[in-house]
Amino acid sequence: MRLNKKDIQHIANLARLELTDKELKTYGDQLSDVLSYIDQLKEVDTEGVEPTAQVTGMKDVFRNDEIKEWNKEEREAALNQAPEIENRQIKVKRILT
Amino acid sequence: MRLNNLTIKQASEKLAKGEITSVELTKACLARIKEVDEKVKACLTVCEKEALASAKEADERRKKGETGYLLGIPYLVKDNILTRGIRTTAASKILENYIAPYDAEIIKKLNRQGAVILGKTNMDEFAHGASTENSAFGPTRNPWDLDRVPGGSSGGSAAAVAADMCLFALGTDTGGSIRCPASFCGVVGLKPTYGRCSRHGLIAMTSSTDVPGPITKTAEDAAIVLSAISGKDEKDSTTADVEAGNYESKIKNSIKGLKVGIPKEYFVDGMNKKVKEIVETAIKKLEQLGAKIIPVSLPHTKYAVPVYYIITPSEISSNLARFDGIRYGLSENNVKNLMEVYTKSRGRGFGAEAKRRIMLGTYVLSAGYYDAYYLQAQKVRTKIAQEFDQVLSKVDVLATPTSPNTAFKIGEKSNDPMEMYLEDIFVSPASLAGLPAISAPCGFDGGLPVGLQIIGRRFGEETILRVGHNYEQAADWHNQKAVL
Repeated sequence: MRLNKKDIQHIANLARLELTDKELKTYGDQLSDVLSYIDQLKEVDTEGVEPTAQVTGMKDVFRNDEIKEWNKEEREAALNQAPEIENRQIKVKRILT
Repeated sequence: MRLNNLTIKQASEKLAKGEITSVELTKACLARIKEVDEKVKACLTVCEKEALASAKEADERRKKGETGYLLGIPYLVKDNILTRGIRTTAASKILENYIAPYDAEIIKKLNRQGAVILGKTNMDEFAHGASTENSAFGPTRNPWDLDRVPGGSSGGSAAAVAADMCLFALGTDTGGSIRCPASFCGVVGLKPTYGRCSRHGLIAMTSSTDVPGPITKTAEDAAIVLSAISGKDEKDSTTADVEAGNYESKIKNSIKGLKVGIPKEYFVDGMNKKVKEIVETAIKKLEQLGAKIIPVSLPHTKYAVPVYYIITPSEISSNLARFDGIRYGLSENNVKNLMEVYTKSRGRGFGAEAKRRIMLGTYVLSAGYYDAYYLQAQKVRTKIAQEFDQVLSKVDVLATPTSPNTAFKIGEKSNDPMEMYLEDIFVSPASLAGLPAISAPCGFDGGLPVGLQIIGRRFGEETILRVGHNYEQAADWHNQKAVL
């Protein structure tokens, strides 16, 4: 599978990445190489094999759904990482333009 | 002997006898960092003041009668593990000024035991790589040859231990990131069983294979750190309720009669011949120690790298979606709308390999390709895991080379992602199956360390550490030190 510039631009949009022209070209070549390498998986017979998403063997691990107070100092430190805050709310750009 | 050269075991004995203090030990490590890190570049952040304060506190705790292997032991932390109040960058521009508001669970555990954080170590950005060249802050150099890579992605941690900048370091292993650099730097690296140690507070890469673990000077030290950091954590629902053993004493038992499987797929044409010979010699040593050597086969080994490079980028594309310029990290403000905040912050903040993996993951998960790539990879992953389980029901452990080569030159593979990915061929299979594995130094080729990998059964750390310890006592490679 060879990916052209348009394919790469489409993937970059889905991934929310702004790429330069040079990056579009480089990633086109490199991703195509990797894809042709991983294509060899097609030769493995997986008829009737269940997919593995995780290997712990555990399922449905529950814990109580309760609110735990986060200590104030750590909470403020977390909030203060945001680029813009107004009235202790993180401010973002408008969504509709 | 300089204090920074000590193992955890040696130092804790001296601390217990009152021969040395944690402040002296910590000062020795800080002095060593100042002396050699200009050349090695293993550390991204060194927190001298905080380290000395915790060392002082550890000394006071000991005076009051407290004991413990790790009380007052200085260590370094890979920079994708959150440390409260200390910069945590994941070696990425997007987190260049990020200060974690809380400690990772494993850091909390080590704090409670009184271990002393010296600083944070360099790595491939977001742990994407096998050489530490993908760090946004420049590569780390291998203490055995400064023109070569230390391996990756926990390259800073392994190089720092090899250069005696600390008594131990923490790394993370997703597809070999503790074992590969341990092998390249001639130190011990332990990847615990998936679910053995909490991932809470690790900057997630591949949630289904990420595991934190120790990089140490001896197998015994790895056992000490593992006991300290393992255990169930309700904030990581994949952690298992399996008690951490008291490994330090049990690993001294003999390996007489232990069945060691040698999978033929790990001794292939194309790998460095010297590495193969050195590992075969190490296996003979295990036989002399009384182990039974049994040839085995794991035919799906060759599919581990292709499976890994579908599953890993897929999970990365999802896990790295949180870096969006909104709540923390680099945020581009010269923008017209919200979409541009995302695309410009991420476009500028991520390095080349992170972008490549995000793109690859986005593609293989996108409409029309999911079944062909992701689903098929998950099915082959099942086959790889089942194959391991079958073989490990007949033998106790597997012995293999950690890496097909010794440390390569800086820049040698960085332009060809495919060639770099192939560095993972012997380490990614155990990650996909969630099995514990250790890399221990087993010789040198042209002055460069070679690693022996021992893979065990799920939660079988005690056995692989026992093999590592017995081998180490008999072969003595771990006492060789890089000259800087």
